[in-house]
Amino acid sequence: VTHKLTSGSHVLSVETLARVEGEGGMHVHVQDGEVLDVHLRIFEPPRFFEAFLRGRSHTEPPDITARICGICPVAYQFSACLAIEDACGVVVPDEIRLLRRLLYCGEWIESHALHIFFLHAPDLLGYDGAIEMARDHRGLVESALRMKRAGNELMTVVGGRSVHPVNVRVGGFHRLPRRDELLALRPALVAAREEAIAAVPVVSGFEFPEFEQPYLYLSLDSSNGYPLESGALLTSGGLRAPVAEFGTHVVEQHVAHSNALHSTFDGQPYVVGPLARYSLNAAALSPLAREAAEAGGLGPTCRNPFKSIIVRTVELIHALDEAIAIIDGWQGAPVASVDVPARAGEGHGATEAPRGLLYHRYRFDDDGTILDAQIVPPTAQNQPAIEADLRAFVQANLHLSHEELTRQCEVAIRTYDPCISCATHFLDLSIEHI
Amino acid sequence: MTDLPTTSRTPVEPDPDEPAPTRPTLAVWKFASCDGCQLTLLNCEDELLAVAERVQVAYFPEATRAVVEGPYDISLVEGSITTPGDAERIQQVRAASRTLVTIGACATSGGIQALRNFADVGEYLSVVYAHPAYLATLDRSTPISAHVTVDFQLRGCPIDKAQLLEVLAAMLQGRRPRIPTHSVCVECKRRGTVCVAVADGKPCLGPATQAGCGALCPSYHRGCYGCFGPHDTPNTASLADRLRANGMPEVDVMRFFRTFNAGAQPFRVQSLASAQAERDAVLTNPTIQPSESSAQAAAGPREEASP
Repeated sequence: VTHKLTSGSHVLSVETLARVEGEGGMHVHVQDGEVLDVHLRIFEPPRFFEAFLRGRSHTEPPDITARICGICPVAYQFSACLAIEDACGVVVPDEIRLLRRLLYCGEWIESHALHIFFLHAPDLLGYDGAIEMARDHRGLVESALRMKRAGNELMTVVGGRSVHPVNVRVGGFHRLPRRDELLALRPALVAAREEAIAAVPVVSGFEFPEFEQPYLYLSLDSSNGYPLESGALLTSGGLRAPVAEFGTHVVEQHVAHSNALHSTFDGQPYVVGPLARYSLNAAALSPLAREAAEAGGLGPTCRNPFKSIIVRTVELIHALDEAIAIIDGWQGAPVASVDVPARAGEGHGATEAPRGLLYHRYRFDDDGTILDAQIVPPTAQNQPAIEADLRAFVQANLHLSHEELTRQCEVAIRTYDPCISCATHFLDLSIEHI
Repeated sequence: MTDLPTTSRTPVEPDPDEPAPTRPTLAVWKFASCDGCQLTLLNCEDELLAVAERVQVAYFPEATRAVVEGPYDISLVEGSITTPGDAERIQQVRAASRTLVTIGACATSGGIQALRNFADVGEYLSVVYAHPAYLATLDRSTPISAHVTVDFQLRGCPIDKAQLLEVLAAMLQGRRPRIPTHSVCVECKRRGTVCVAVADGKPCLGPATQAGCGALCPSYHRGCYGCFGPHDTPNTASLADRLRANGMPEVDVMRFFRTFNAGAQPFRVQSLASAQAERDAVLTNPTIQPSESSAQAAAGPREEASP
């Protein structure tokens, strides 16, 4: 018997969301055809990074904050470096900035390949996961593994290893990669780029729900290329502002059903991540990535979260393309790192994690001891928009069966590639003083 | 708390194409952690599909929605115990597992989140969260072995891919994993890396840290920072002397031992000794003016006898 969702009281619930990073669940309460409550529940235990960073040295956050997330450690390392260098009045040389972009490309490649083919595609092809999918689509899964490996190998050479790289330090790197080490990566990256381009018709050939959302988009701008390791804030509302002004626009709130803090931008829910980056900076994509976007049927912007798989594939192609270009042009650097002498002050840093803009702020004592730290990860910023999406999506699809609608809600959440490990344990310190 | 999958999910229908269920079952569980160690399993790009042929992946929510009911032949456990609910859940995981292997520094020594063990968690809560009452958290982050019997502990922050495959192979073959327990120094010598501590005076935890990473950091011109935790017989006091002799301030010695394996006994004892020395120095020499914040870091007011 199929119960009609349009009358009576119904709870759509997923206890443990699968194929997301970290631990979360979903709870939607429908009463007589009206969606009452939507909660993306986050029960990932808090780990208190911002608290125990206090009293640590200004050289430590890259290694320590990497441990917030095993999937995007480089994002944490580089946002931390930028914030610390900002506080100490240091700007790294262009060669170091380029090498940061190269390592970051590696992280985007492994993370996007993981999400596109292991976390997202199984929903669209009707499998529980990629291992099950491999029984019928072994070629696709093997190709995905090769793309992912190309990203991990790049991280291993430039960063030392792919999970929690050891080579990143404030001011640059511990050691510069040799040209022959970088050139050895090239064949796998070129092959992966071909495979990513070949995947465009696959990922754009799925049927996507017609579902466009009106949220504000926030990403870094493309002053140094497609938004990645640096840049200023840019919104779809036309605002352009230095990263230091992040805190004047974004407010985080602690809500009862989540161990992550909810963010709003000038009072509105907003979205960071591939859709925002693409919609605000498509012109900065490499020519091959732009061609892929066109072939994948994307317009100049994309407002359908279900189509994020296409945008991620376009970004995957861009990251592979840019990594190859950096390697081809690499002439070495005069120094592996520059000095970042401690001084009292405050600094801000933001970079584009695969899942979206990641902001760090630190305040230091004159000997470089951290007085306070604030970290705003992408999934916490997206959480109100994800909940608003679920609300709208459930309301528009009450004709579906309970099971089917629950499954589609789970799919909708996964389109954001939520990283719940990241989302947990953050808050704007100013709120505690209110 | 999180329910075990048997209560939170419907077990999947038997698949007619599935070979007879003689393959051992593998479950992957997550507690407080960054997901990096379970990602290491997915990062076995060349071996993943072969592993999936040798074992039935029965519970691995990061990779699949499918859930096979326990008991499980091998459970890999990532993360530390930090909430009352998780303290109960690990008991259920143990009861459902024939072999339980912890993967990574969180599961094996409490992880970076064990820094709370040196502080007042009530204070931490109010630093990060506006409404601490919404949260259930314990005042200590503890390793899995503090709660249940563990069959093997795999070290690392993160674990090493090759070591993970070795442990899985050993468990499938019913033998002891061949995981070295000597120091990182041995790995440096083996790969011919010039000693960064002796040649450059760089701070290095290698002499006290268990091998497993392949002596990665020295090959990147930096000292080891202790991802794999203390080896069997570390002389941390002597290492601390060496660090001081190279000019490292006491508060930095404390911080050096107090990171991802801060809860492992030898590192914990050394960081507490340094914290005590820093306090004593301030008391006996009032001309030393440590910054307010570094004094706070060294204070460690709540640390008690080992749990």
